[in-house]
Amino acid sequence: MDKHGSQSDARPVLEGPDIARVLTRIAHEIVERAKGADDVVLLGIPTRGVFLARRIADKLEEITERKVPCGSLDITMYRDDLRMHPPRALARTEIPGDGIDGKLVVLVDDVLFSGRTIRAALDALNDIGRPRAVQLAVLVDRGHRELPIRADYVGKNLPTSLRETVKVQLAEEDGRDTVLLGAKPAAQ
Amino acid sequence: MQRHLISAADLTRDDAVLILDTAEEMARVADRPIKKLPTLRGRTIVNLFFEDSTRTRISFEAAEKRLSADVINFSAKGSSVSKGESLKDTAQTLEAMGVDAVVIRHGASGAPYRLANSGWIDAVVVNAGDGTHQHPTQALLDAFTMRRRLIGPDAGIGQDLDGKRITIVGDVLHSRVARSNVDLLHTLGAEVTLVAPPTLLPVGIETWPCEVSYDLDSTLPKSDAVMMLRVQRERMNAAFFPTEREYSRRYGLDGDRMARMPEHAVVMHPGPMVRGMEITAEVADSDRCTVVEQVANGVSIRMAVLYLLLGGNEPAVTQTRTEEK
Amino acid sequence: MSKILIRGAKVLGGEPQDVLIDGGTIAEVGSGLSAEGAEVVEAEGKVLLPGLVDLHTHLREPGREDSETVLTGTRAAASGGYTTVFAMANTFPVADTAGVVEQVWRLGKEHGYCDVQPIGAVTVGLEGRKLAELGAMHESAAGVTVFSDDGKCVHDAVIMRRALEYVKAFGGVVAQHAQEPRLTEGAEMNEGVVSAELGLGGWPAVAEESIIARDVLLAEHVGSRVHICHLSTAGSVEIVRWAKSRGIAVTAEVTPHHLLLTDELVRTYNPVYKVNPPLRTERDVLALREALADGTIDIVATDHAPHPHEDKDCEWAAAAMGMVGLETALSVVQETMVDTGLLDWAGVADRMSFKPAQIGQAKGHGRPVSAGEPANLTLVDTAYRGSVDPAGFASRSRNTPYEGRELPGRVTHTWLRGKATLVDGKLT
Repeated sequence: MDKHGSQSDARPVLEGPDIARVLTRIAHEIVERAKGADDVVLLGIPTRGVFLARRIADKLEEITERKVPCGSLDITMYRDDLRMHPPRALARTEIPGDGIDGKLVVLVDDVLFSGRTIRAALDALNDIGRPRAVQLAVLVDRGHRELPIRADYVGKNLPTSLRETVKVQLAEEDGRDTVLLGAKPAAQ
Repeated sequence: MQRHLISAADLTRDDAVLILDTAEEMARVADRPIKKLPTLRGRTIVNLFFEDSTRTRISFEAAEKRLSADVINFSAKGSSVSKGESLKDTAQTLEAMGVDAVVIRHGASGAPYRLANSGWIDAVVVNAGDGTHQHPTQALLDAFTMRRRLIGPDAGIGQDLDGKRITIVGDVLHSRVARSNVDLLHTLGAEVTLVAPPTLLPVGIETWPCEVSYDLDSTLPKSDAVMMLRVQRERMNAAFFPTEREYSRRYGLDGDRMARMPEHAVVMHPGPMVRGMEITAEVADSDRCTVVEQVANGVSIRMAVLYLLLGGNEPAVTQTRTEEK
Repeated sequence: MSKILIRGAKVLGGEPQDVLIDGGTIAEVGSGLSAEGAEVVEAEGKVLLPGLVDLHTHLREPGREDSETVLTGTRAAASGGYTTVFAMANTFPVADTAGVVEQVWRLGKEHGYCDVQPIGAVTVGLEGRKLAELGAMHESAAGVTVFSDDGKCVHDAVIMRRALEYVKAFGGVVAQHAQEPRLTEGAEMNEGVVSAELGLGGWPAVAEESIIARDVLLAEHVGSRVHICHLSTAGSVEIVRWAKSRGIAVTAEVTPHHLLLTDELVRTYNPVYKVNPPLRTERDVLALREALADGTIDIVATDHAPHPHEDKDCEWAAAAMGMVGLETALSVVQETMVDTGLLDWAGVADRMSFKPAQIGQAKGHGRPVSAGEPANLTLVDTAYRGSVDPAGFASRSRNTPYEGRELPGRVTHTWLRGKATLVDGKLT
């Protein structure tokens, strides 16, 4: 798993200022592609996707001078690997007041890898409403897709091997902003 | 968490808080246009009811269906069980049909424990009420209702009921609800007081982690929640108390008594209520009475329990929360 | 029947001696006896006791042959070192007539593993309303001297008084199952801390004690003797002690399981621990041991109660009450009384052979191990320790609470009037 790699030999591939810069770029791309972003709703996938979504929402507000609805979408109950682990604690799903019907939903996650999380997120969205369109923003795309899914907005394309781990740390949760690339512990 | 849910006493504080937190997320599903999750797709759950209890059965059934489980309802009345087939044979028959979990309601105390621990079946066992022993999902939904009312749905996340003063009034002797609640509320840090005539308290109660009082009036002003238990009229004939009238006068909750409770305190009842006996209509219909919420919360709690026991390849692992954090 | 020389056995736990059996009687007891013409049983280190006598056995025949028969029950008895068992009356039909008691008595005689002395019902059908024909049962071939409605209490004070009075005519004794019926409606286990938690119906100690108190007073009033079955509480001990101090002719028995097990075991809801009277508390267990040691309780009786597997492989409420006990009784007594220093082997011989034979008037049983006495003997390997394996039981039923439990002592030989019924732990 990406988020549980050893940190001992991990090296940073993005630092704080880089992360701020790419999120600003993503915000501009959203405004550009969504033609003003009038009907954009940002939904972060817990845990770190939620913080990234809030940061992008803040940037969008700076650019458009309007509040952009931002929420969270927990996909635990929709995962396809539930039977392979003990049940996980659920995170919050928080849909902004006006809902998602007819809106442009931009899903936000930290790392795009197999694509299974996004598949689950699309299923979860389906039970909540009917957006006009769904797009995907990720901080890092590390490749190795197992499903026909791609991101619309990518902070950084990071070619990796399956023996490597990608770990995203954000100030809100981890005390600092960084993306670390490391080797998978051999015992796993 | 343990593999089965047999007794509220089997839950640690962290287990219980995890269930309440999970139920809080489940409750939000009820507000959605599609009140359904795919989580237990392909799992088969049998509701094995040896005692009539439409409320509890429907609540479990709603929870199971919202989680997309396949549901089989098995009422022992009119089935081969009433012709003398044993609990063991019935359970093994059901398991042969590929049942993943058995939700069992039984008139005999300990029947779910036996089902879970005798090597008869492999399925997960959830106790939906056994004799006068336990009714753990009722205690959980009661604690959930208290946490929502006394702390708040969002503010309550991760919290227990530390320091809350809960009074439980009525037929404790015959009540699995009282036993389950005493165990769970104590685990969650609440201070429980049982109030009943001495005839309706079990011998041996002195070791329970709660206070016992024979006097309702002096307890009410010190209560954050007052839970009224149903008193069956037939107890009167067994000399547990002289008359219905005397019982309601001494232990029933009416408007005057409710007024002695603190402003914020709520009135709870596991249902079905016997209006005019342990509770007056005035109290039952007041805003402070949570009976209807308890029913709704029951579905959320049962969804949480079923998800945490059946959602993965083993029961949920309770994370130990470090107090310093 | 040939001669048997039991060599070097500690008779009643004393100094090693040789015991020579000739025919059905003990010919000689002493040191260095000649083995000429005799089969020798090396008994060095083992304890030789008089054949054990059980005043309280359920053989189930007639009526419940699926759980036990006179044959399987007496084989179990021989395995456990018994040479006489008193068979309780709650069979189907009830042993309340001369016909039924004679049938049971005859079956015991035919099989030859252990003498069977039937107990007659006190009231017709154990219903507590009408006296059974006690005199006819006494005069039958079975010669009944003990009467009991065991399983049910003779709760009506007048019926109990009449029974106590009536049996005086032929020296009988009434054995009371002390259980006040109203106080034990719906009772499933000892009433106390554990029952409160488990939500099982309580069987209060006072339901036993109140009947014992009444019956010792009745016995005093009518000048009769009374025997109390399976006494189980500390309070009952106090009442019997008081009665004996007043000179009332009361005797009492305790079961092995009440000397060892407590109601804490019921937390497993495993019906193998369901028994009547129920398992009590640690405090009761200790009081019962002390009372057995000081003679307040006269005897150990097994209340051997076989039940088929299906009657125990179910939920607690649906399960039958009772435990098998013949094949583990001596081991439990060694564990609880001898190994704890409360009783020596002479004491065990008294509580498990001499006294029960006396109370039940079992002729030729419970006699001293000395020349001229009937050769009813039990040889025990007291150094043995092993875990209980019900698969090895001679009883037809396996409902033992001791499965897998390590217990001391093993009966290796039993002789009934000089005939070996058990040799090296194997039935003959």
